[in-house]
Amino acid sequence: MTIATFATTDVELNDEGFFVHPEQWTEEMAPELARREGVDDLSEAHWTVIRFMREEYLTKGSGPTVRVLGKASGVSVKELYQLFPKGPAKVAAKIAGIPKPRGCI
Amino acid sequence: MAHRIVILGAGTGGTLTANRLRRLYSAEEATITVVDRDDRHVYQPGLLFVPFGLTHSEDIVRPRGRQLRAGVDYRRSAVGSVDIAANRVTLADGDTLDYDVLVVATGAVLVPEETEGLTGPGWMERVFTFYSPEGAAALEAALAGFDGGRVVVNIVDMPIKCPVAPLEFCFLADWYFRERGIRGQVDLVYVTPLDGAFTKPVSSRALAGMLAEKGVELVTEFNTGEVDGAGGRLVAYDGREVPFDLAVVVPLHGGAPYVGRSPGLGDELNFVPTDERTLQSKAAPNVFVIGDAANVPASKAGSVTHFEGETLVGNIARFLAGEPLEPGFDGHANCFIETGFHKALLIDFNYETEPLPGHYPGPVGLPLLKESRLNHLGKLMFQWFYWHTLLPGRDIPGIGAGMPVAGKTPTATSEGAPQ
Repeated sequence: MTIATFATTDVELNDEGFFVHPEQWTEEMAPELARREGVDDLSEAHWTVIRFMREEYLTKGSGPTVRVLGKASGVSVKELYQLFPKGPAKVAAKIAGIPKPRGCI
Repeated sequence: MAHRIVILGAGTGGTLTANRLRRLYSAEEATITVVDRDDRHVYQPGLLFVPFGLTHSEDIVRPRGRQLRAGVDYRRSAVGSVDIAANRVTLADGDTLDYDVLVVATGAVLVPEETEGLTGPGWMERVFTFYSPEGAAALEAALAGFDGGRVVVNIVDMPIKCPVAPLEFCFLADWYFRERGIRGQVDLVYVTPLDGAFTKPVSSRALAGMLAEKGVELVTEFNTGEVDGAGGRLVAYDGREVPFDLAVVVPLHGGAPYVGRSPGLGDELNFVPTDERTLQSKAAPNVFVIGDAANVPASKAGSVTHFEGETLVGNIARFLAGEPLEPGFDGHANCFIETGFHKALLIDFNYETEPLPGHYPGPVGLPLLKESRLNHLGKLMFQWFYWHTLLPGRDIPGIGAGMPVAGKTPTATSEGAPQ
């Protein structure tokens, strides 16, 4: 567990860099979080994905997998990888301040 | 008036549920109707052995109707859709079935057409799957004629049925090519979207070690975007490529298509959102779900379905009696992992506890997370238990539905809840 500061607010991150308390997240933190993940500019398409991730987490208790993102967010899996080359579900979850999407077992 | 119970699917979950319910209720108390589109009940764990000539399709298929107790009404038809507001199932043949309780037990289906190129040139010629009887049989012929080159085993994405089966395929392929004396001319490669050989840390390390021991190359975090059968390569969304001479692909899975045609019943992948402890669906209180059709965070495996049976049937009875449901299911899964050379290892876990070393079901029992001949015999014997004990809905002596802890060795590196 580490404490990191985004948009002048201290937040708690787990060992993999995901938010421990998603309610600590604000939109102002997203650009800084994105830069940490190698995404320098957040386009409207990035924001579509980030908002969708948070919405899914808040209603269902887990962020979506890449496949569900591709089916339900309006952004295709190919585009998702262009937006978040290092792995859309993981990286977008970090930027959106939600826990690691629950992979299937 | 008798309760009307309709069960969709006569596979592992639907069959054992119907048989348990039939024993619980007399004909005056409940009518039980089971619907399935065909009369071929496949013992799915047997599919793994077909490509290596160790069993044959006809030996693992039996008629569905004959696995059901007398007094269970068996309707052979595909499902058109379910109207959860009207408590009515419309069959593909146009008939309708009204229910007081519906059990969704239609499992998972393969959707290879969702992956670019997978069903294109080379499909069933140099690109195969052993997850269907037809695919497994075609792969047997292809392996028999294979005399060297790169064999790539690929999981497109999770969730899949029996997540250990692709690993077992690698272990058996190593054994198979050694037996044929051509192992030196074959490269075996395991390509997975996960960040390790398996999902849970302790077993993932053990299984990665076994892949290395057997000379199987491991490629991780590979999200297959395209299968190029003509060019002989897998292409990941991030641009990485893995070349192959023969590819064994586990296609994407989804729930049954009728779930998608039934408003409010399923999720984006046509699995049914389900309470992971009570097995009641989140779609409607009188809809219950068993087995691979549910979106619960347990393995899609026959053992899970078997262990769910007790909780499911108890909760259906409680629901019909107007009593509160019990959160009885703990996510218990139990898998024999065939490792070749007449050996197997065994893993046992649930929602909270990852697979640990030790013995099952108690201190004196089968070794866990360790190769042994006893586990291989256990795996072979299981087919008999499947037809004669599990499907009839009887308990296997000494094997409870909940995960046992006696006999297990907690390890310093083990983690708590699965993510």
